[in-house]
Amino acid sequence: MIHKTSPEIGGMGHSIKRKEDLRFIQGKGNYVDDVNLPGMVYGHLVRSPYAHARLKSINTEKAKALPGVLAVITGEDLAKANLAWMPTLSYDKQMVLATGKVLFQSQEVAFVVAEDRYTAADAAELVEVEYEELPVLVDPHKAMDADAPLLREDREQKNNHIFHWEVGDRQATEEVFQKAAVKASVHAFFPRCHPAPLETCGCVADFSRATGRLTVYLTSQAPHAHRTVFALVGGIPENNIRVISPDIGGGFGNKVPVYPGYVCAIVASLTLGVPVKWIETRSENLQSTGFARDYHMTAEIAADRDGKMKALRVKTLADHGAFNAAAQPTKFPAGLFSICTGSYEYPQAFCEVDGVYTNKAPGGIAYRCSFRVTEAAYLIERAVDVLALDLKMDPAELRRKNFIPAEKFPYKSSLGWTYDSGNYEAAMDLALDKIGYKELRKEQAEKRKKGELMGIGISSFTEIVGAGPAHTFDILGIKMFDSCEIRIHPTGKAMARMGTKSQGQGHETTYAQIVAQELGIPAADVTIEEGDTDTAPYGLGTYASRSTPTSGAATAIAARKIRDKAKKIAAYLLECNENDLEWEPGKFFVKGAPSKSKTIQEIAFAAYTNIPPGLEAGLEAVDYYDPPNLTFPFGTYVCVVDIDQGTGEVKVRRFMAVDDCGNIINPMIVEGQIHGGLTEGLAIAFMQQIDYDESGNIQGGSFQDYLLPTAVETPHWETDKTCTPSPHHPFGAKGVGESPNVGSPAAFVNAVVDALSHLGVKHIDMPITPWKVWKVLQEKGVAA
Amino acid sequence: MAKKQLVSVKVNGRQREAAVEPRLLLVHFIRESLQLTGTHIGCDTSHCGACTVVLNGKTVKSCTMFAVQADGAEILTVEGLMSAGGQLHALQEGFKQEHGLQCGFCTPGMLMSSYVLLHDNPNPSEEEIRRGISGNLCRCTGYQNIVGAVQYAAAKPTKADAKVAEGVAK
Repeated sequence: MIHKTSPEIGGMGHSIKRKEDLRFIQGKGNYVDDVNLPGMVYGHLVRSPYAHARLKSINTEKAKALPGVLAVITGEDLAKANLAWMPTLSYDKQMVLATGKVLFQSQEVAFVVAEDRYTAADAAELVEVEYEELPVLVDPHKAMDADAPLLREDREQKNNHIFHWEVGDRQATEEVFQKAAVKASVHAFFPRCHPAPLETCGCVADFSRATGRLTVYLTSQAPHAHRTVFALVGGIPENNIRVISPDIGGGFGNKVPVYPGYVCAIVASLTLGVPVKWIETRSENLQSTGFARDYHMTAEIAADRDGKMKALRVKTLADHGAFNAAAQPTKFPAGLFSICTGSYEYPQAFCEVDGVYTNKAPGGIAYRCSFRVTEAAYLIERAVDVLALDLKMDPAELRRKNFIPAEKFPYKSSLGWTYDSGNYEAAMDLALDKIGYKELRKEQAEKRKKGELMGIGISSFTEIVGAGPAHTFDILGIKMFDSCEIRIHPTGKAMARMGTKSQGQGHETTYAQIVAQELGIPAADVTIEEGDTDTAPYGLGTYASRSTPTSGAATAIAARKIRDKAKKIAAYLLECNENDLEWEPGKFFVKGAPSKSKTIQEIAFAAYTNIPPGLEAGLEAVDYYDPPNLTFPFGTYVCVVDIDQGTGEVKVRRFMAVDDCGNIINPMIVEGQIHGGLTEGLAIAFMQQIDYDESGNIQGGSFQDYLLPTAVETPHWETDKTCTPSPHHPFGAKGVGESPNVGSPAAFVNAVVDALSHLGVKHIDMPITPWKVWKVLQEKGVAA
Repeated sequence: MAKKQLVSVKVNGRQREAAVEPRLLLVHFIRESLQLTGTHIGCDTSHCGACTVVLNGKTVKSCTMFAVQADGAEILTVEGLMSAGGQLHALQEGFKQEHGLQCGFCTPGMLMSSYVLLHDNPNPSEEEIRRGISGNLCRCTGYQNIVGAVQYAAAKPTKADAKVAEGVAK
């Protein structure tokens, strides 16, 4: 157990109020669009109305003639600087501005720069682009057909296939299936959706001809990585680039990639020598920046008649859109999708994924998710419910029978992951107990007799987060460590900087609590700063629930390095041997003589004023933390729904979320993360989809069609926790921000299917809209 | 470019004016002409409510109005919630105490909607609060703690609150 510090110190486990709130509640946050520099001008993108078309000509004369217009940049202009294309994070490349042809609706075609944003938008309307329409490929299942249009003429490979990836033992799995008594299967489509953080993406690029330095204020979850990309792609010396990621209005994975608008703004600033602001509209955000999911999945489970699972087989078709711009570790084209065995012991498993191009926006980003873990968790939790239906077993009991037992951790899965720790049954039992599972089943039976529709859905998910160990994980070759640097000032106050970047997770508070825990300096006295590449140590950023597992760990280790030095200073001040000292948060004291002590503040002062002979002055440390393994948060969610037989509307009556993320830094913040993630899961399950018509026209390209739940649709969430610390993390934490978004979609869908299962319904694809449910009710003859 | 027109408004108790194009949206007037960047823009279809301000006692999404339409109006933005003496409004306090914000982007709009909600209905039920803030989208909190923040403020009106509430009544 973690030693609990006093409330005054506010270390781990204290629900201290957030330090960052004070500026936000006064309207004094500093988001990218709030950055206002002298002489700043504005950029606006011209976008393609077609999903697939040859570019015949672009005429910029009228636009350039409009008073106030400073420049119009096209793909041909960028090509002269070798910047018409840029690398993606998945070893593909992507057009910055189109040359030759366009490959998705809303693709970037030209960039207009003007003195104010209204004039820039006016001028964009005046850019005349002549297109010749080409056949459009929308259905990924047709991407490999012989008559499919070839989308990526730039590639050597002359088809629409991107990758085939497989893991596990195909042959051994097949043998188990051949002998299996029971085979259950489900085809589940995880629809294309979008993180839609409330703040869209944007930047202010400021190249100074006076200093030769480029400063980019950027909506970036990974400012250091972006600096390196700009240096490599743009050929600008990296010391002359400063990326500042200011306050970020939500990210959820949307702000990991580099987008064409950023590059255009940078090019414009380099060309014009003035700051250039580019802020996308909401519609541009939904239509062109990193989408998520779009996985067409099949899962088959082989099992005994008594429900013991024997093997899992998964086959998936991944729709990547026009460019493979998935943001994920290099060696994993389908991310960590091979966590699809979930919380269960499968003696054999096999998983294969094929990625294809279509005429849709690029992406495949990790939306509040550690690289395809959401897809995997949804699939396995759906498949387990289908098996329970086939076997006529209670879904909770089927899960219990197949959980990896607590005593088997660390557990090596048949697809190669070593789960660090877990106690799945404890989490499920708590959730079932809290929601009153047995009584709910009784109520359901009674309601069914009366013809009423009520369902209970369970999801016992396991995550894999905190990428990751350098031996396996890198992005564009950069290993996925992360960092922290701590400086203790002479008066005992501290400043700490990390390579990560908060987008609402509350890092300014939680990292301060880690320092408080380790050094006994009150969290109130610790200032946290992230996002400025000139000052923060290098790191890969915040996504994939990696901040606590990586930078959080680095913070603890850096603090311990400081404590080691503090001990030497304390021994000098107390005129004793280091080995005679004991530590309690905030001070060293002499063993057996607690009155002989030196506080960390006294020690800090001495580090600058009374330096022990032979020791360097100052009290600072830096740590670059390479985690030995990933962490595996888990939990069980139980959802209760009632279905309106007149309208097909699903009402979430109750939702109980039991999470286990190991040791907790700030329970209030963890609970807030759970609430938010569940609400995003609700939206995915019931409301949202980025769809395309047969011509490649985007459906769901604005908040008019892409629905976000309001306070009215959102139910009251119930939360609880179990605590199974990570054995390899310095303070036993696992990371939590994504669990609710990963675990909840299956709970919602399982609940709806459970309400209809006695009518023969085994699966309904998300989003489960009232219209879809109403059609099922009609078909089954149970509509009111 | 159309001829500029003078727009004069009282914002957070202070008379401000600027010459603007007739097509300038009120939200751009507030953010750029008046440099009050606490009011945010989160969409282009008037759904998100991040730009909500109080105009003559009523909430408006300031992206749905032209600045010229606001000429002569009295406007309250998030920057005007704190008392002159620097005391946080009960709602601001509530959002902090109840963890009613995460990324903070929706917060100014949420505060302004909640402000008018509490003025019109000082003791709202949970359902009334949820309806009252349903014009504002939040992507981080799941709303539960925002409801808690409004309840906190309803239970603890401050003197500052009463004073600004008078302003709304006018």
